[in-house]
Amino acid sequence: MAKHLIVVPAQTGKLDAQIPRLLQAAATIKGQLHGLVLGDDGSSDTAHALASYVQQVYMAQHKRLQHHLAQPCAKVIADVAKQIEASHVWSVGSVWGSETLPRVAVRLQAGMVSNAHQVVDEQTFCRNVWAGSVQQTLQINTAIKVITVRASAFAPAKPLSKAGAVQRCPVDAQPCGMHFVQFEPVKSERPELTQARVVVSGGRGVGSKEGFAQLIEPLADALGAAIGASRVVCDAGWVPSDWQVGQTGKIVAPDLYIAVGISGAIQHLAGIRNAKVVVAINTDDQAPIFDAADYSLVADAKQVVPELIAALKSE
Amino acid sequence: MKILVAMKRVADYESPAQIEAGGQALAWDGPFVINPFDAIAVEEAVQIKERQQDVEVVVVAVGVAEAQQQLRSSLAMGADRAILVQATPPWDALAISALLHAVVKQEQPDMLLLGKQASDTDGHQIAEMLAERMQVGQATQASKIELSGSKARVTREADGGLQTIDVDFPCVITADLRLNEPRFAPLPAIMQAKNKPLQILEAAALGWSGQTACTCQQLQLLEKKKKGQRVADVATLLQQLKQEAKVL
Repeated sequence: MAKHLIVVPAQTGKLDAQIPRLLQAAATIKGQLHGLVLGDDGSSDTAHALASYVQQVYMAQHKRLQHHLAQPCAKVIADVAKQIEASHVWSVGSVWGSETLPRVAVRLQAGMVSNAHQVVDEQTFCRNVWAGSVQQTLQINTAIKVITVRASAFAPAKPLSKAGAVQRCPVDAQPCGMHFVQFEPVKSERPELTQARVVVSGGRGVGSKEGFAQLIEPLADALGAAIGASRVVCDAGWVPSDWQVGQTGKIVAPDLYIAVGISGAIQHLAGIRNAKVVVAINTDDQAPIFDAADYSLVADAKQVVPELIAALKSE
Repeated sequence: MKILVAMKRVADYESPAQIEAGGQALAWDGPFVINPFDAIAVEEAVQIKERQQDVEVVVVAVGVAEAQQQLRSSLAMGADRAILVQATPPWDALAISALLHAVVKQEQPDMLLLGKQASDTDGHQIAEMLAERMQVGQATQASKIELSGSKARVTREADGGLQTIDVDFPCVITADLRLNEPRFAPLPAIMQAKNKPLQILEAAALGWSGQTACTCQQLQLLEKKKKGQRVADVATLLQQLKQEAKVL
């Protein structure tokens, strides 16, 4: 039977909303669920929150794990995986998961699958390649398997009827070649792009930096939406580059995605493939975005977006 | 100092993929290019060479013989010499990172630069695996790199914000899109690149058995979404979003 090790970087406050989805992915393969929380002395909140979902949580607390740097974290994860004889090591395909788990895979001599969106069986996983236009089914042939997961593809798991035990585990974190300097959090009143229920994105068709601010921001406010953008708009400096939606930016999975003045380059479409309903507003009726849209409005954004905002506000 | 840039030959991102070899390999008509993220890594290394004295830039690719074209393109951008580790797919990230590690042992670079991911397989594993094999620090998704003495200060994308870290040499750094804009090599540089050294090594000679930890079972083209509907105006759009799609 499988023994899953779910690795989670500690954070203050409640459990990251992606973790129950990650647990759902792991639980597709019958087996025991174990959790590992990495952080400094303040990491017990996350450990206790995770215990609601798994039989056993190991808490790796050490000042060298405070900033979750990949090098010391990978060693601790691999040590615990060996010690408990885990068959599968899982994390969310976040920036942290993507940079840390490949190191774990080397330490465990384990095959690894990145950003799985489907678990077929205990060694077979599906993921997308080629800007989301091709699905790849990969089989991992090694005894231990390492997987990062596109959490938005899975429903959240429910807590267990009885919370699991939490125990500290010994940490051997050596000095390493990485040294934390500073962290600047993105400050936003809006929902986080990858987790938002509604996303409004703007492209070149909004005209200018001012056009973006006058059209996209109030529309997002009216809908309580996160804001995204096409690569062109980010490259032009109209908006911060971490707003970029696409293969090379953020992969979003909202219930509603509204693309305003976006032509729909293949790499942008790769980022919105998981949106449930796509609305496209564009003056060019041949724009590729319309092939990906559920509802298409061929119109000038400068005219219809203010109408849309007014209609939403009047409700 | 010596900078080793690892790059991959990929099909241009606008070419539609086809599937062959019984549904297990991707194929393209081309054109082929340097993986766009790796081109940013090459550019960064060349810019460091232009700013500082005594910098050697070596580019390495693991792949088929035709990857020499992309190595020549890197030489035209300003790299000093190139190495092709000739190998035939299928391969996986563990295998490629082991081959790159063998090259690192020979070359002993101070810094490795790669793109944050390949634009065809989107794996983002190789740089991190290589850093672990070397037992060194890494800074992935770098948007700014400043060198001082025997370390690099890197600003990078992290979950929820921008992180700045110092990494000691030797280290592995991966390039984000916003790090720089790769140059187009002028014709004289393209001509000059033909005379720069390009060494070919066989993967087997570097210890590759051809075994992989992961095997591709199937590749499947994802169907395009069915054509949606045109709506005439804002009122109809809102009505459909509420009553039909039920997302408002």
